[in-house]
Amino acid sequence: MTAVQPVPPLVDQLTGGLDAPICLTWELTYACNLACVHCLSSSGRRDPEELTTAEALKVVDQLAELQVFYINIGGGEPMIRKDFHDIVDHAIERHVGVKFSTNGYYIDKAAAERFAGQDLLDIQISLDGFDAATNDAVRGEGSWRKAREAMDNLAEADFGEFKISIVATRHNVDQLDDYKAMADDYGAQLRVTRLRPSGRGVDSYHDLRLTHDQQRHIFRWILDHPDVLTGDSFFHLNALGKDTGETLPGLNLCGAGRIVCLIDPIGDVYACPFVIHDEFMAGNVRDPGGFAQVWRHSGLFASMREPGAAGACASCNAYDACGGGCVAAKFFTGIPLDGPDPDCALGHADDAVANAIGSAPRPTQDHSRPVRLIAKP
Amino acid sequence: MSTITFDATARWGRSAKVGLRPEPFGALAYHFDTRRLVFLKSTKLVDLVDGLADHESADAAIEAIIEPGDDRARQAHVKALASLADAGVIEPAAPAPPIGFVG
Repeated sequence: MTAVQPVPPLVDQLTGGLDAPICLTWELTYACNLACVHCLSSSGRRDPEELTTAEALKVVDQLAELQVFYINIGGGEPMIRKDFHDIVDHAIERHVGVKFSTNGYYIDKAAAERFAGQDLLDIQISLDGFDAATNDAVRGEGSWRKAREAMDNLAEADFGEFKISIVATRHNVDQLDDYKAMADDYGAQLRVTRLRPSGRGVDSYHDLRLTHDQQRHIFRWILDHPDVLTGDSFFHLNALGKDTGETLPGLNLCGAGRIVCLIDPIGDVYACPFVIHDEFMAGNVRDPGGFAQVWRHSGLFASMREPGAAGACASCNAYDACGGGCVAAKFFTGIPLDGPDPDCALGHADDAVANAIGSAPRPTQDHSRPVRLIAKP
Repeated sequence: MSTITFDATARWGRSAKVGLRPEPFGALAYHFDTRRLVFLKSTKLVDLVDGLADHESADAAIEAIIEPGDDRARQAHVKALASLADAGVIEPAAPAPPIGFVG
C-alpha cells in the first residue's frame, strides 16, 4: 500500500476556507441607468469614494497574484465606468478570467465586436421576464428591448456562448421553458438564480418570492436541465429531495467568506454579494496588506469558517440536505442565522418571515435614485 | 461533455487552458474555456499531472510516482486521469522534442 497523507474531506476544506477565493464578485460602481426593484446592491448613484482607475488596476494585480481564477464583475451597471475596458483588459492580461453582468444598454455593435475578439471573457445579460411586460415591471420600461438588442449584437458579432441570466420570481418561473428555447436559439447559456431579500430586494422580496408550489416546480426543472447554470444558489431547495436522495448539481454549501466574497465599488469586502451590511463587512482593499490581508486575517471571515450550528433546524431531518440555507436571506428577513432559510421549502420559516416584516435589518449602503412607480404585471 | 477517450498508453499533458492552484488538499484546477472547476484531491495527483508530459505515456508517469507493483494505486490514478481528461484538464500531448534539439 502506498502511504497516503491524511487529508480532511473536501467539504471540510471548503467550509474551513481557502487561501484565496475560487472566484469573487467585484462591483465596479454603484452607478446604474436602471433601478431594478430587486437590485442586490441598491444601486443608482455613483459613490464619490469609488476606487480610482489606479486603485482598481492594483486590485486586479492582487487577485492575479492570489491566482483567483475569475472575477464576476457587476455593479451597478459596470459598463458605465469610463475605465471599464481598461480594468477588464488588465484582468485578462494577468490571466484572471472575467465574467461581467450587464443590463446590455451599452453593448452596441462596436462593443459586441470588441468583446468577440477577447479571450477569457464571458458576458451575462440580465433578463427577468421572457416577455417585455414581465421583465419591465421589475427592471424598468424599455429594459427588455435593450437586453434583446444586446443579445442580437453579440450573436451577430459571433461572440459565442454568452449567458442569459434570470432571477427566478413568482412572475417568471412559469416561463423557464420559453427562456431555455430563447437561449438555445441564440446559442447562449441559460443561468437561473435565486431571488434574495438583499438591497432593494428587502422591499420587493415578499411580492416576488416563489410560492412553495413554484419551489417544487423549479427544483424539478433544474434537475431536468443539468446544462442550465444556477450559481449554486438553490441549495436550500435540496430539502425537497430528502426522500428521493436527489440533490441539485453544485457544491451545495454557503460559500460566504469561505470560497467567495464581494468587493464593493468603494473597496469594502463583504462575505458575499448578498450581504451588503456592516455586520458582514470584513475590511477594505485600501487597508494595509490589501485584499489578501482581509481574506486571510479578518476576524469576521474566521468566524464564518467555523462549522455552523444547526440551531432551530437541528430536529429537521432535511438539515443535512439543505444545510439551513442562505445566511443573507435569513439576515435580511430577520431570522436568526441558525434558524431556517426564509424560503425553507418545507415551510418551517413561513411564520417567522411574516412576523418579522418591518423589523428586519436594512442594507447599510443605499445608492438608490428616487424610485419611479411602475405597474405590476 | 468531452468526447476524448483516455488512453493510458499515450502521452498526456496539462491543457494550456487550465489554471492550477495549489491548496492544502491538492489543487484546484480551473478550465478557462469550459469554466469548469475541478478538484485534484491529493498532492500526489497534482505531482502526477504536473509531470505528465515528461513521460512517454500516462502509464509511465503513474509508475514513476507509485510503489512498484501497487496495482490498486495504479488503477486509482488511471481512473483519476481519465476523469481529468474528460474535464479537459489534461489532453493528448505531442511527443517531446528529441534531446539536444536546439533548432
